Amino acid sequence: MSTAEALAPTPARRPLWRRLVGFNLLTAVIFGVAGYYIGWFIGHQIKGPSFEFQSETDENDVALMLAYLGGVIGFLVGLGFANYPISRMLGRPASLREKEHEGMGRYFGLCTDHKVVGIQYLVGIGVFFFIAGLNAMLIRTELLHPTPTTIGPNQYLSLVGMHGAMMMGMMTSGILGPFANYFVPIMIGARRMAFPRIEALTFWLLMAAGFILTSTIFFGGFPTGWTGYEPLNEQAVMGMDSYICFFALVGLSMMLLGLNMIATIVAHRAPGMTWSRLPIFVWSVLATAVLMVLSAPMLIGALLMAAFDRTINTSFFVVSSGGSPYLFENLFWFFGHPEVYILALPGFGIVLELLPVFTRKPLWGYKLAISGMLGVTLLSFFVWQHHLFVSGINATLRPFYMLSTEIISIPTGFIFLCVMGTLWKARARFTVPMLFCMGWTFNFLIGGLSGVFLSDTPSDTDTHGSFFVMAHFHYTIMGGLIFTFFAAIYYWVPKMFGLKLNERLAKVHFWSLFLAFNSTFMPLFVLGMKGMPRRVSAYNPDLQGLNVWVSISAFVIGLSMLVFIANVVYSLIIVREPAEANPWHSKSLEWQLPTPVPVNNFDQIPTIDHDPYEYGTPLPPPRGAPGAVPAGG
Amino acid sequence: MAAEATHGGSEPNHARRFATIWIVVSLIATPLVVLFVGPIMPPGNGSAQASGHVTDNTVLIGMATPVLLLVLVYLIYAIVHFRAPKGGAGAVLEGPAISGDTRIQTTWIVVTSLLVLSLAVYGTVRLVEDGAGSGQGASPAWPASGKKLPVQVIAQEWAFTYRFPTYGGVETTHLVLPVNQTIELHVTSLDVIHSFWAYQLGVKADANPNVDNVVFVKPTKLQTFEVRCAELCGIWHGYMFDHGRVVRPAVFQVWIAEQQKRFAASKKYLPPYSTKYVPEPARRGG
Repeated sequence: MSTAEALAPTPARRPLWRRLVGFNLLTAVIFGVAGYYIGWFIGHQIKGPSFEFQSETDENDVALMLAYLGGVIGFLVGLGFANYPISRMLGRPASLREKEHEGMGRYFGLCTDHKVVGIQYLVGIGVFFFIAGLNAMLIRTELLHPTPTTIGPNQYLSLVGMHGAMMMGMMTSGILGPFANYFVPIMIGARRMAFPRIEALTFWLLMAAGFILTSTIFFGGFPTGWTGYEPLNEQAVMGMDSYICFFALVGLSMMLLGLNMIATIVAHRAPGMTWSRLPIFVWSVLATAVLMVLSAPMLIGALLMAAFDRTINTSFFVVSSGGSPYLFENLFWFFGHPEVYILALPGFGIVLELLPVFTRKPLWGYKLAISGMLGVTLLSFFVWQHHLFVSGINATLRPFYMLSTEIISIPTGFIFLCVMGTLWKARARFTVPMLFCMGWTFNFLIGGLSGVFLSDTPSDTDTHGSFFVMAHFHYTIMGGLIFTFFAAIYYWVPKMFGLKLNERLAKVHFWSLFLAFNSTFMPLFVLGMKGMPRRVSAYNPDLQGLNVWVSISAFVIGLSMLVFIANVVYSLIIVREPAEANPWHSKSLEWQLPTPVPVNNFDQIPTIDHDPYEYGTPLPPPRGAPGAVPAGG
Repeated sequence: MAAEATHGGSEPNHARRFATIWIVVSLIATPLVVLFVGPIMPPGNGSAQASGHVTDNTVLIGMATPVLLLVLVYLIYAIVHFRAPKGGAGAVLEGPAISGDTRIQTTWIVVTSLLVLSLAVYGTVRLVEDGAGSGQGASPAWPASGKKLPVQVIAQEWAFTYRFPTYGGVETTHLVLPVNQTIELHVTSLDVIHSFWAYQLGVKADANPNVDNVVFVKPTKLQTFEVRCAELCGIWHGYMFDHGRVVRPAVFQVWIAEQQKRFAASKKYLPPYSTKYVPEPARRGG
């Protein structure tokens, strides 16, 4: 550490120009741009446009892929990710000196403090969440009219693809990124994550990925939606390469994040933090992390194959050369179905974590909840072909996939039972986080029950690829993930920032979001059942009335998000009213720490000697109250 | 739940009250849903398969209603009865420390498992009759019985064309089908993945290049039906639709004879009829 301390600068005293020289975000951007053009140049040397028929359009996928690769490497080197391996190779001692920097500067560069990474994630993901939300607003604007009038079919498809890919890609880490990174080490009584540099890497990879996806607009966009199906993928213009690089980087980030979470939860628990004392949120993170580690490599592999098809003329998916689009569909959905549970499971964890606090009761059925989550984790790898029910592949396997898909509702039902059990005879306080948890319960119920129609092959024949599916997964992902994302924000912001969010605005946000959300997506079930396919810019004019209704409701969702932004700006920047130390009277470990959580979390690692949810007045010891049935009931 | 319900003395028996409300509401709502929502479930009675789907959807919505009501009634009940009294700003009122109930958990697991298994068995039984209007691939595992009229659906960016192999391989731009006749549709594509969706007939089958996707349908109603592409296939995906007709067999014979005459001149440019066509190598070149 001595070298590290000697090297550690005191940023406050140095002049501004000196602080801008070094490994920071500015350097990262410069190196990133340089790397991009180096890659672009090499690409053109390898495969000059001269012998391609698109020579006039400068269509060169090799160059763009290499440019993105060079850009990402330059960006990461500029941030300082190469410093540690290089100094280790030179024989210098190991250190985590990035962690010791104080001040605002550490939020704008490589920082290995898990709390800083958590806040970086919250803001970074938030930005992309709002970009993707804006895309949705544009999509709904186009659908005000049954023929493309405002945006045009090509840009429309690019918007659909960007909205889908950004939400599915960036928001995959929507809860694990900000909240698990921040709170899992604290909740399990650890000073840091198992791999702090990998933790920072996952965040900066994700930001690079989001930037790459957004840059697709400069290369013609991509027409495939977030699924990237072959052979449409193979035909598409260079914007497709942005999608491929984006999703592969997201996959990498996801895999590393999951790996880090598993290692931390397994190896860094405080003494006495046994598996049966682990907070349920940590369990949900563990289940999600397992899914991430096992499914993301499949995505990276599939996209690598697609990239090879596009650049070096392999033919994994090229039909005329013996390839098969079924291969891509299977590989993609082998990732894609676990992916939707990656989005749903942290939401389960948040709801079950917050309910005991606000009902003042222990979590009802702790072990049932864990088995529910692990059951979903296991089963989610056995259901992917329900996305291919009408594809013509393996028809004889359909009863199996129908069964496995329907069975997955059993462990999901456990979560509902635990929610209901925890509410039983509660002294519930309907604070804003609690309202969002209640919203989750309603939304996920609708999402889950509509899923039954999709899991049943005969019924799925009508709804497959229609707006019904779209409504279904928005109920589970937006109604599931996004509602719990906001629950977590309102619950934990007083801890993360030490500031209070305005409660009145928060309630306006919740109610407008909840009502507008249902008013948007409930009619989409009807539209789907009336035969409106997904991802169309032109539809049956008979359906215009409902579509206008949906669009207007969607704009109200947009307004309600503006209320949220206004609240953030007002409460966290303008008013800055300090929050109470423990506003929710939680007994969880993170609320027992002082509010700017110290860099090393705990001066002394705590010893855990109790269960996580010790709320509630104990039941009378002899259960012989008049009329009671014997104990064990 | 009885053990908890009686704990607390003066409180009403919540378990019994909630159960009563739920059962009453379900008993009223479920028949209403089945009777009134069931018949308007998609996709109508345009074919034997479509009528089957209406039945399936009615069964599903009938089973979903009590489940939906269970959670909804519970949520409302909990929000009304299990809330902290207002005004107690000082101390936080603790609830009873109930952390589980083995009997309820076991019952829940058994009931949901039975529900799910019965759904899966029902779905499988309906599926194996004739594939229930879903594309079954080149060698259908569950073929429809009786005499079948083969019709090929060829999807390409961004239109469907139809070939009738038993009528000399004539290719038409619209689909006209005889009523009460089992049709064997062979769905294929010339470029990317499309999906043939005849909404009123309850038929959906993906069109993959170099794949013959067979689906059976027996139209039972004289009507015009909508054909749409249900898989994203490029910028004009939304415009990839046309309209077909279900007509009397005699009308169909007249129509097909007319088509044969009309397209006789262009037929020589068509490739010989095949169940699938390998698309031309259309490499982007980089």
